[in-house]
Amino acid sequence: MKVKPVNHALAAEKFIEDVAHETFHDERLWDLRQKRDEQMHILPEWQELRTRASQIKEHTLANLPEYLEQFEANAKKNGIHVHWAADGAEHNRIVGEILEKHGVKSLIKSKSMVTEECQMREYLEPRGITVTETDLGERIQQLDNQMPSHIVVPAVHKLIPDVAKIFAEHYHTDPNDNSAQSLAWQQRLAARPVILSGDAGMTGGNFVVAETGSFVVCTNEGNADLSATVPKLHIATIGIERLVPRMADMGVFIRLLSRSALGSPITQYTTHFRGPQKGSEMHVVLVDNGRSHRLGMQDFWTSLKCIRCGACMNTCPVYRRSGGLSYGAVYSGPIGAIIDPTFNERKYSTLPFASTMNGSCTNVCPVKINIHEQLYKWRRVLAEHHELPFVKREIMHMAGKLMGQPKLYRAAINGTEVALSTMPRFVLYNWLNPWGKHRELPHPVKTTFNSWYKKNRLNKQKEGEKA
Amino acid sequence: MQKPGVRMKIGLFIPCYIDAFYPNAGIATLELLEKLGQDVEYPTEQTCCGQPMANSGCNRDAASAEALFVKLFAKYDAIVMPSGSCTHHVRDNFDAIPQTDEVRHVRENTFELVEFLHDVLKVDNFPWAEFPHKVGLHNSCGTLRALRTASMSELGEPFFSKPMDLLSKVKGISFAHPKRPDECCGFGGTFSVTEEAVSAKMGVDKVTDHHKAGAEYIVSADTSCMMHQQGCAERAGVPIRFIHIAEILNGARE
Ligand code: SF4
Repeated sequence: MKVKPVNHALAAEKFIEDVAHETFHDERLWDLRQKRDEQMHILPEWQELRTRASQIKEHTLANLPEYLEQFEANAKKNGIHVHWAADGAEHNRIVGEILEKHGVKSLIKSKSMVTEECQMREYLEPRGITVTETDLGERIQQLDNQMPSHIVVPAVHKLIPDVAKIFAEHYHTDPNDNSAQSLAWQQRLAARPVILSGDAGMTGGNFVVAETGSFVVCTNEGNADLSATVPKLHIATIGIERLVPRMADMGVFIRLLSRSALGSPITQYTTHFRGPQKGSEMHVVLVDNGRSHRLGMQDFWTSLKCIRCGACMNTCPVYRRSGGLSYGAVYSGPIGAIIDPTFNERKYSTLPFASTMNGSCTNVCPVKINIHEQLYKWRRVLAEHHELPFVKREIMHMAGKLMGQPKLYRAAINGTEVALSTMPRFVLYNWLNPWGKHRELPHPVKTTFNSWYKKNRLNKQKEGEKA
Repeated sequence: MQKPGVRMKIGLFIPCYIDAFYPNAGIATLELLEKLGQDVEYPTEQTCCGQPMANSGCNRDAASAEALFVKLFAKYDAIVMPSGSCTHHVRDNFDAIPQTDEVRHVRENTFELVEFLHDVLKVDNFPWAEFPHKVGLHNSCGTLRALRTASMSELGEPFFSKPMDLLSKVKGISFAHPKRPDECCGFGGTFSVTEEAVSAKMGVDKVTDHHKAGAEYIVSADTSCMMHQQGCAERAGVPIRFIHIAEILNGARE
């Protein structure tokens, strides 16, 4: 069966209809963008840092196999078990086996986009393993059975009453609780016992350092540190693109990450994991899941530079209005729109079109990914692969023909009647109908510029020549 | 490129929106260039630069438009158009046809009106212009982030604005300061219909921001953005008017 493309436009329309949510969402994320700007202005070397970060990432990606092997060798020396997963299925199997070997029934985990990509929860739970998210936003999303809507602030599309309702249902708390603080406290009360009794902990990893065989996890809630250190077993699931060559490179990335993400100088916790604690085991699962394929894509490989800061989402005027869930994918917003099609070209064929290509994302990206140019290139690729809706393809084809024929074009511009006869009615109507839903049409004018010019310049010239 | 002060042979390109719906912006562009002593011609066979097809991913369908464009405009010293997004297309993306010398000449010598006045002609006054109103300047994303006619807030670079420089030479004008000066207004070409809801919401937010900042007019070098914003403002009842920058520089009083 053919998958249906995500209907971003429709989901976005629904999100916008709910004024309170949409307004909060737009303003909250715009505020993050403003805070990011403030941090940028404090650091005169901001653009230099971006350039440096981009260069380090490009260098690493160009030499990925060597650095990965270097990491593996050094990590093993540190006593870390290193696993390689070609795709989500293999990742889940590896994790499942480790957990089974240790008789794990309860896995506590901090935020990791890769496990979302691999749909790990869906794999483990039928096998009798309870997975508990310990990041507040991620937990809210888990309880509500939704994907994260943002890679840094996963529940940013929700308001306090939404959270109160979800907690009331699952934690039996006051459904009318109106205080963010008290709700956070409820989560703490609910999460602590689960964390303390967890059999194994799982984290992601923001950076993997080849030279030291270590990895770095950046969070604001400390939940990753608890997940990693309380149980005797720590599994870190990390995408292979997270590599940097040297520890010294961290100085560049740590300065950029939280400033770009939330406009704070640094995350509350920046933890370097170098090896297991005494009597514990530490595993790192390095996940490919399409990454090496993407690395071979001429126009799109630099998307692997992404450090998942979310700045492109915060600045994106479309994302702020449409909400992250409208993208129907693990990765939403501008970065999602350029990497999702590599997971499933048809399903995510609409996402590169969910953009005005205004380019703000490219400007904020701390690793200088040319996001809006990749959106443009994806459109071409998708059109060539016939992943455009029929009507759009047709109208562009006909418009293209029309634009090459001055007489026909002139006729089309000068009279709507003629326009209708040169383009089949159904195409025009399907295509242009939505304009007027929330907008007035342009006012009719007496004369086009073209006729005005012929009358006021060309004819005058001729008259002049005659006289 | 010829030195400023020299009379150039200019080919005028008027994009379809202006031709069909906002001819006054086209007339103002022509008259202004003539007032500035330029030799301007408008090839009447012109259609489109190819942008809508290319932006939709249908690059091949842009070929005949691009070929016609080159055929009509290759003979001019400079091609000037009152549209940032069309200029961006010609300069940066115009590759549906083979890149001959003629094509390269056209691509290298195509200018958006503001940059042409500011960078090429280096106009330093518009003695005929007076506009006693408070205006909010809208830079389209094409002019802002592709043509770079103004500084971009994301980069933290020192402030500059070519359209503001030109407008500041107009008697009586004053500027409103919207909260999100370089946020996209949501037009985005075919995006305005395929993503109608988001597009319209962005448009309403944009005009509201300008209105709250006290702008009587939104002025822009891009008519397509304004066509969309005007549609949004009228539907939502936001009392604000729209005018193309060429009209103000050419001496329009309202
Ligand atoms: S693409 Fe750039 S801005 Fe977006 S999340 Fe990745 S690093 Fe951050």
